[in-house]
Amino acid sequence: MGKRILMKGNEVIAEAALRAGCRHFFGYPITPQTEISHYMAKKMEEIGGVFLQAESEVAAINMVYGAASAGVRVMTSSSSPGISLKQEGISYSACAELPMVIVDIVRCGPGLGGILPAQCDYFQVVKGGGHGDYNLIVLAPASVQELYELTVEAFNLADRYRNPVVILGDGYLGQMMEAVEFRDEEPIEKANKDWATTGHGGKRTHNVTTSIYIDPNVLEAHNRKLQEKYRVIKEKETRAEVFNCDGADVVVVAYGTVARVVKNVIKDAEKKGIKVGLIRPITLWPFPTEVFDKYATVPKGFLTVEMSAGQMVEDVRLALNGRNRVEFHGRMGGNVPTQKDILEIVCQMADGQ
Amino acid sequence: MQQIIISGFGGQGILSMGRLLATGGLHEGHNVSWLPSYGPEMRGGTANCHVIISNEEIGSPIISCPNALIVMNQPSLDKFENMVEENGIIIMDSALVPIKPKRKDVRSFSLPATEKAYEMGHPAFAGVILLGKFIAETGIISPQSFEEALRTVLSPSKHTLIPDEMKALEFGMSY
Amino acid sequence: MAIVFKKPNALTDKPFHYCPGCTHGIIHRLVAEVIDELEIEGNTVGVSPVGCTYNNYEYFSCDMVQAAHGRAPAVATGLKRALPDKVVFTYQGDGDLAAIGTAEIVHAATRGEKITTIFVNNAIYGMTSGQMAPTTLVGQVTTTSPFGRKPQLHGYPVKVSEMLATLEGAAYIERVSVDSIKNIIKAKKAIKKAFQVQLAGLGFSMVEVLSTCPTNWGMSPVKSLDWLRENMAEHYPLGVYKGKDLEV
Repeated sequence: MGKRILMKGNEVIAEAALRAGCRHFFGYPITPQTEISHYMAKKMEEIGGVFLQAESEVAAINMVYGAASAGVRVMTSSSSPGISLKQEGISYSACAELPMVIVDIVRCGPGLGGILPAQCDYFQVVKGGGHGDYNLIVLAPASVQELYELTVEAFNLADRYRNPVVILGDGYLGQMMEAVEFRDEEPIEKANKDWATTGHGGKRTHNVTTSIYIDPNVLEAHNRKLQEKYRVIKEKETRAEVFNCDGADVVVVAYGTVARVVKNVIKDAEKKGIKVGLIRPITLWPFPTEVFDKYATVPKGFLTVEMSAGQMVEDVRLALNGRNRVEFHGRMGGNVPTQKDILEIVCQMADGQ
Repeated sequence: MQQIIISGFGGQGILSMGRLLATGGLHEGHNVSWLPSYGPEMRGGTANCHVIISNEEIGSPIISCPNALIVMNQPSLDKFENMVEENGIIIMDSALVPIKPKRKDVRSFSLPATEKAYEMGHPAFAGVILLGKFIAETGIISPQSFEEALRTVLSPSKHTLIPDEMKALEFGMSY
Repeated sequence: MAIVFKKPNALTDKPFHYCPGCTHGIIHRLVAEVIDELEIEGNTVGVSPVGCTYNNYEYFSCDMVQAAHGRAPAVATGLKRALPDKVVFTYQGDGDLAAIGTAEIVHAATRGEKITTIFVNNAIYGMTSGQMAPTTLVGQVTTTSPFGRKPQLHGYPVKVSEMLATLEGAAYIERVSVDSIKNIIKAKKAIKKAFQVQLAGLGFSMVEVLSTCPTNWGMSPVKSLDWLRENMAEHYPLGVYKGKDLEV
């Protein structure tokens, strides 16, 4: 490991991608993720990679589709309204089983909304957004160090499963600076890409990248294949941080920046004699459902906290399946749930209210 | 753990001041976080950042109760004064913050930073002077670490300014 | 026995699904013959559009990528940037290229992407059954302009070649037709030149091919060819719009 460097979240994502062997980046400017493009524009030129500012998010994701078809490690990044525009290409890429990394540094919505941080893209990223039965692997880092490690991992997962992977962070994660410690060498997995459309060179029959299957039985068979892949991903790649949950009175469920606010709440609550646990999903899809089994009977119930009107809370309720009460606290419009407010709710829950 | 909010107008180098502190803290082996305001308020001309320097894992990078506030305009003091922790410190520029804090349970320091910076021929040094006072009061980082931070944060073309920046820091420290 | 006519190698054995009298078959063949003559099949990746030719990846023997509606130039951009030494072409219809994909084609051209676009203009949406296209002529009856295209209601047909020729990144733009033997020979020359422009790294190249759609025009194949000559060729004059003196 090298020395710790102070870097901005967005820049770390870009640097991590380069370290993971990504040499192709297609993007379109939108706050609060634009530093990724700035970093890529400079570095790609220096190392002979490709940075291209597309004419739209729609074009950018389709350039990614093209480059991924050619078998290279490729990334795009955007923020909420831009991700809405990319959904067409994301659905096609999931169907065509193209490995790619998509970064969503979430801002508040709906509509143009605002540029401040939010977690209101959970539905559109975790539950689909585009049409059809597909899943993206969705990683939710909570620190700059984790942005680095999970971005590198995202490229490996994308290649391993031939599936788009999303880094889902809120605006604060992209904008904040923290220390990051880079590895001397990245754990890059080599994937077999004999499916790529690189020109057959007279050595094989032609490869085709496609997402259209007009025959219902062929399309159903393709869907079943995808579903089987998703089952394997669920089995092998589910991740969560479980913190302070053993013997907890209340368990709070939160991801990203909000999970860090909750860690402060845990200390505050301890002073009041209340033990609060935290379940922080690191993979939002696959959602760490099994983790909830162990703590399902926590005496005073669960509290989900989000920068949204209540999106991930639906998965928490599904995971618990009626076994315990699930309360929700959310802020919107770019506001972050405060330590004080969360503590107050936790205290009320501990009081049996 | 030091939780510092630095606030002022855009263009005063508010975000860079935060970065210098965080970099200095990192140099001393602490955990640090730096969170800038990047929302609509930036367009209105005000800027602030939250800096945490701690020996423990940093939870939330958002500061709800700072133990230090450094302000370079009046609206910033009005906005953040009541958030400051009891016995916390408020450091301000005397020319830019004419109306002093109402709080009696905090230690406040008013420095002629802008005036001195102009005198030194570098108006941009005002922030460094205020940081000098902060360092002297809290001891969270050493002047050597601050100098190291200057070397890290400033582009090499500006390294010739470092000796003068350190003089500005010393002025703040001994004020 | 001497073989005087055979299927180009760049076409697979799969029979075309196109309607009787449709000229897509001819245009596919021309593209394949050019790929054979330039000996680039193994180095070529084609991009299929959405429209009647959505599955022409089954007909071309080179590697193929199927793109979302209108996005072929963006997909081709990604491919070419990842494979700068390979030949990349898109094959698009007028709905795909001149309506939903206008932004993508304009920007691929202005960036001077070193790709080749075969743009088939038959003045109508074929696959979805005969709706008005951006290229539908004034007065032309379609299922969504049942009383004929009216400029005050529907605006005017888009002249794509003329428009793209204004862009600096476009190296070679020509409009051809496949309504006669003579024009088919010219069309093949144009397609070959477009690929050669790409091979020479000169920039974006496009051949617009005036084509027929007997099914949705509601005409016999022969009458369709007459209609093309009498109506389309007047609004869409044939010729080189960019790169006339280009040596390749």
